[in-house]
Amino acid sequence: MGGSATPALRVRSLSKTFGVRTVLRSVDLDVARGETVVIIGASGSGKTTLLRCISHLEFPETGTVDVDGRPVGRVAIPGGFKDASERQLAVQRRGIGFVFQRFNLFPHLSALDNVAIGPRHVLGLTKPAARARAAEQLRKVFLGDHLDKRPAELSGGQQQRVAIARAVAMQPSIILFDEPTSALDPELVREVLDAIRVLAASGMTSVIVTHEMAFARQVANRVIFMDEGAIVEQGAPEEIFGRPREARTQRFLEHFRTEARTP
Amino acid sequence: MSIDWNIVETAIPLLARGTLVTLQIALAAGALACLFGFALGLAALSNIRPLQWAIAAYVDFVRGTPLLIQVFLVFFALPVVGIRFDEIWAGIIALAFNTSAYIAETVRGGVGSVERGQTEAARSIGMFRWQILVYILLPQALRPMLPPLTNELISMTKNTSLLSVISVYELTRAGQAIISVHFVPFEIYLLLALYYYALIKALSYLSRAIESRMPVL
Repeated sequence: MGGSATPALRVRSLSKTFGVRTVLRSVDLDVARGETVVIIGASGSGKTTLLRCISHLEFPETGTVDVDGRPVGRVAIPGGFKDASERQLAVQRRGIGFVFQRFNLFPHLSALDNVAIGPRHVLGLTKPAARARAAEQLRKVFLGDHLDKRPAELSGGQQQRVAIARAVAMQPSIILFDEPTSALDPELVREVLDAIRVLAASGMTSVIVTHEMAFARQVANRVIFMDEGAIVEQGAPEEIFGRPREARTQRFLEHFRTEARTP
Repeated sequence: MSIDWNIVETAIPLLARGTLVTLQIALAAGALACLFGFALGLAALSNIRPLQWAIAAYVDFVRGTPLLIQVFLVFFALPVVGIRFDEIWAGIIALAFNTSAYIAETVRGGVGSVERGQTEAARSIGMFRWQILVYILLPQALRPMLPPLTNELISMTKNTSLLSVISVYELTRAGQAIISVHFVPFEIYLLLALYYYALIKALSYLSRAIESRMPVL
């Protein structure tokens, strides 16, 4: 594998402020190809903003993002870089899948067309090829029987699985999951986590922001704990969950255990 | 006060002819207004600044001036600079010019009010701005846009009566012609009101029928 030296994702000195509030403080992050990274941390710790800045749905103030060694949000010019135009950014985003907390499916399109529209209009596949790819991805998330249903006819868990298929169908270099189960009823969480687990096992590079600690422990190759816009600690799941070094990580996990016991 | 039923009987077919012209004008102007209104509304949502300014100035002009003056400008002023239309086309163009500004605003507002997550999801799969507008936002905005759109087309249809002042032989002018010969303003203006009312009713019924056939998102 000649390209294995280039990480799927490389983030350097990423900072973001909203008004007077600093949300990201010079974050560095490398994600290797095929790796599954889970980011945990309290609400407001900057996890979501980090994902949104990586895909440039939010523009970071400083810092750089590269996916598969190619810049995102900037383009090379002689002697340096300049900001990418909206059009260039759209092309760069093809390499970055994004799964939203609230699914954000297109309500006027069937499940199949939700997944097919990207391959068709962005990647330029023929209509039959795009639909075939979409159907295949939907079958992989066990929605083969729901191809023609509109989002409104699907449960939250099914909608989120369509959203996962929509991201995967673009064959991105990496998929970012922003609290993919936070908007779901408890009984629907499992089916979505299972879909992500299968995807991660198939070698898809993923960064997952979640509050599902058991899932994080299971699926992650690496767990990152964030607090106040910075990465506090990272390591293998058994390290972070078993013997966290930092006091802040310990406090957060302790708080979580207490919460989990409270009915 | 008694109604002259003989005049009413004579007037009904004559006014029907005028109604046909009114209908033709409304259809032509409505089609043009929708075409340009949608195009301009979407163009206003592009990221081309000069285009946005030009559209804003156009909408501002239309909203800030009476339709009657716009009709006069097209019919009397444009020929001075060598652009000449017959009275029907001058009327159609003036009405379309006027209505497409309002439709552009409706389209801009309707498309702009689609939930922000839709744009983000479309961006996340790498769509260009125009693709997001055409494939994602516009289809979702259509149903909520239909009532205000209907209002604008109804206003426009009623405003066709203004074209009587540039001698377009539409419904109002047809009525005035009868009045000038027989001097029966009561019967004829009442009939005109009925004709317009029926026309508008048909239009709003059609709009509701279309709306009920559109899926709720």
